[in-house]
Amino acid sequence: MSDMDEMDDGSGIVKKFMFLNRKAPHGTVYALEGLEVVLITAAFDQDVSMVFTDDGVYQLMKGIDTKGIEVKDFSKTYRALEGYDIEKLYVDQVSLDARGLTEDDLIVDVTVLSNDEMANLMAEQDVVISF
Amino acid sequence: MLHIVNKSATERSSLESCLRLATKGSAVLLIEDAVYAATNGNAAAAKIQAAAADLKIYALGPDLAARGMAGRVLGGVNVVDYGGFVDLVAEHSNCQSWL
Repeated sequence: MSDMDEMDDGSGIVKKFMFLNRKAPHGTVYALEGLEVVLITAAFDQDVSMVFTDDGVYQLMKGIDTKGIEVKDFSKTYRALEGYDIEKLYVDQVSLDARGLTEDDLIVDVTVLSNDEMANLMAEQDVVISF
Repeated sequence: MLHIVNKSATERSSLESCLRLATKGSAVLLIEDAVYAATNGNAAAAKIQAAAADLKIYALGPDLAARGMAGRVLGGVNVVDYGGFVDLVAEHSNCQSWL
């Protein structure tokens, strides 16, 4: 296959995708839907970053027990992202601070970014998809 | 009056409006994403604690547990289960949901 053919169907082009999660886990369906889209996207071999800011940091809380509200507990799924080669998980320090949380409260290993680092990471993306 | 709030205080203004307009002796029940406001270190925690002087503040236990927040509830906040939710509605002559 020539380079031209590869260009035609778009294969081989790797873009920087950011999935930006800003909602708490159970009050709306955004968190669960966002997670499912990220898992699907993993099949396309793109450069994927998953970012948690604002109430989105609550998605990663340890010790979630949803039995009492009878909804699916998808928090363990964040641990499976590594198996799909989604290893770039970033959390906003400012958002953690505003909620009295630290990295130790989170269910997965993440990179905590300062305000400036988060701003730069967002600015360098080709595509940002927000949930 | 029983005030019921279900939105996160770090995303919406419903809790702030509720606390501003609830009269002395009223009850405020936090459910769903509103329960985060009643946890240690949350940006809204100081407002909840200040309001607790004049209002009775409740939070729904199953919603706290579903968010990993059961062990982080502020002092002065009363955790209730679904039966307690029903009791609060029955005890008050009227209620307002801050959607």
